[in-house]
Amino acid sequence: MSLINPGFATVIWMTLAFGISLYVLAKYAWKPIMASLKEREESIESSLRAADEAKKAMEDLKLDNEKLLREAKDERDALLREARKIKEQIIDEAKEKANAEASNIVENAKDRIEHEKKAAVVEIKNLVATYSIEIAEKILKEELKDKKQQASYAEKLLNEISFN
Amino acid sequence: MTGGLIAALFIFGQAALYAQHGQTDKPETYKHQKDVAQAEFQAGEMIIEHITDAYEWHIITIGHNHISLPLPVILYDQGQWHVFMSTKLHHGEEVYEGYFVTHEGFNAGKLVRKDAQGNEVRPDYDISITKNVLAIFFSLALMIVVFVSIARSYKKRRGHAPKGLQSFMEPIILFVRDDIAKASIGEKNYEKYLPYLLSIFFFILFNNILGIVTFFPGGSNVTGNIGVTGVLAAFTFIITTFSANKAYWIHIVNMPGVPWWLKIPVPLMPIVEIMGMFTKPFVLMVRLFANISAGHIIILGFISLIFIFGEMSTGLGLGVSVVSVGFTIFMNFLELLVAFIQAYVFTLLSALYFAMATEEHH
Repeated sequence: MSLINPGFATVIWMTLAFGISLYVLAKYAWKPIMASLKEREESIESSLRAADEAKKAMEDLKLDNEKLLREAKDERDALLREARKIKEQIIDEAKEKANAEASNIVENAKDRIEHEKKAAVVEIKNLVATYSIEIAEKILKEELKDKKQQASYAEKLLNEISFN
Repeated sequence: MTGGLIAALFIFGQAALYAQHGQTDKPETYKHQKDVAQAEFQAGEMIIEHITDAYEWHIITIGHNHISLPLPVILYDQGQWHVFMSTKLHHGEEVYEGYFVTHEGFNAGKLVRKDAQGNEVRPDYDISITKNVLAIFFSLALMIVVFVSIARSYKKRRGHAPKGLQSFMEPIILFVRDDIAKASIGEKNYEKYLPYLLSIFFFILFNNILGIVTFFPGGSNVTGNIGVTGVLAAFTFIITTFSANKAYWIHIVNMPGVPWWLKIPVPLMPIVEIMGMFTKPFVLMVRLFANISAGHIIILGFISLIFIFGEMSTGLGLGVSVVSVGFTIFMNFLELLVAFIQAYVFTLLSALYFAMATEEHH
C-alpha cells in the first residue's frame, strides 16, 4: 500500500523544486538553446538559399555570356556580310563606271578617228586635186611645148571635124 | 561492449548491496514481527523497501554497519515544528519525540505517532527532505548544470557545429522539438510549450536512468514514486486547462457531431468529457509510476531469487544466481529502453493534450 501513498513531502518539494527549475531552465537554458538552434537553422537555410542563388546567377551569367557571344558572332557575321556586300557593290560600281568610261573613251576615240579620217580624206582629196591639177598643168605645159606638133594636132583635129 | 561492462557493474553492485541487506534485514524484521518464521529473507519486504521513499539515504551496509546519508526530518504537527536528523531514528528502529517509522498499513515506511486512542496517525505536515526529495533536487540541479552549460556553449560557438555534451544532447533536444512538440501541437503554438516539454522529458529521462544506476547518487526510485509522477501530471493538467481555448471548452460542454439525446436530458457526453479531463493526467501519473516501479520490482525479484534459493542451500543459490544475473542484465537493458520510451510517452501525451487545448476548428 505504501507504494501508492504519495508522501506529502515528495509532492510539496517536487512542486516547488520542479516549478523553480522549470523557470530557471526555461530562462537560462531552453530559451538561448532554442534561439541558437533557430539562428543556426536559419543561417544554414539562408546560406543554402544564397548558394542556390549564386548558382543560378552563375548560370544566368553563363547564359548571358553565351548570348553575348552569340550576339557578337551574329554582329560580326552581319558586319562581314555587309562589308562583302559593300565590297561587291563598290566593285560593281567601279566596273560599271570603268565600263562606261571605257566605252566613252572608245566612242570619243572612234568619233575622233572618224573625224580625223574624214579630215584626212578631205585633205587627201584636196591634195590629190592639187597634185592632179599640178600634174595636169605640167602635163599640159609639157604637151603644149612643141608648138608645131600642137598646130599639126590641131589641124588634124580640125581636119577631122568635117563640116558635114 | 561498454554497455555490457556498465550493466555488469550494475549487477555486481546490486548483488553486493542486496546480499548485505538480505542478511542485516533479519534482526530488524525479527524485532518488529516477533515471529520466528518471519526471520527468513522476505523478498516482498525487501523489494518494497527498495522502491519506496525513505528518511535516510542508505548507501551500503558492510557487515552490521549501515552507511547512510542522514537527511533532515521536518515535521509540523499540532502547531509545533519538529526538526531533527534522520540519524535520531536509528535506521527506522527507534522512536524520537514520539515519532517513529511504521512498517505496516497504508502509511508503511512513513513517520507516524500514536494518538490518544493508540492509533498510528501521520503528522499534520511532513516536509522532510527524504531520499526521493534529495534525488529530485540532485537531478534538477544536474539538469540545470548540464543545460545551462550547453546553452553557454551554444552562445560561445554561435553558428558553429555542436561539440561535446552539446552535440550529445542536441539530437534529443531536436527530437523533442520536431517530433514531439512541432508534430503534435503544430507550427503555430509549439514554442510556448517547448520549455515545459523539454523540462519534463529530461527530468523523466534523467531520473529513469539515475533509477537504474545502483550507486549513490542514483538508485532512488523518483519516477516510480506516485507523488512525483502525480505532480508532473498535475503540471500538464494545469497547463492544459489554463491554455485551453473556446473550442476546447465547447468540445467538453457541448460536443459537436454527437446526437442531442446524449446531451439532453442526461448530459452523458459532458460528464464523460469532464471525467476525461481528469483521467488523462491520472493515466499519465499511473503509467509512468507503474512502468518504472514494475521494472525495478522485476530486477529486485530476480536478485531476491538468489537469496531465497540460497537459504535452502548455498549451492542452489549459486546455481540460480547465474540465471538471475542473466535475467537482470536483460532487464537492465530493457529498463534503459523503457527509460527513453516512458520519457517520450509522457512528453508526447502532454504535447497531445496541449494540442487538444489549442486546436482551432469546429
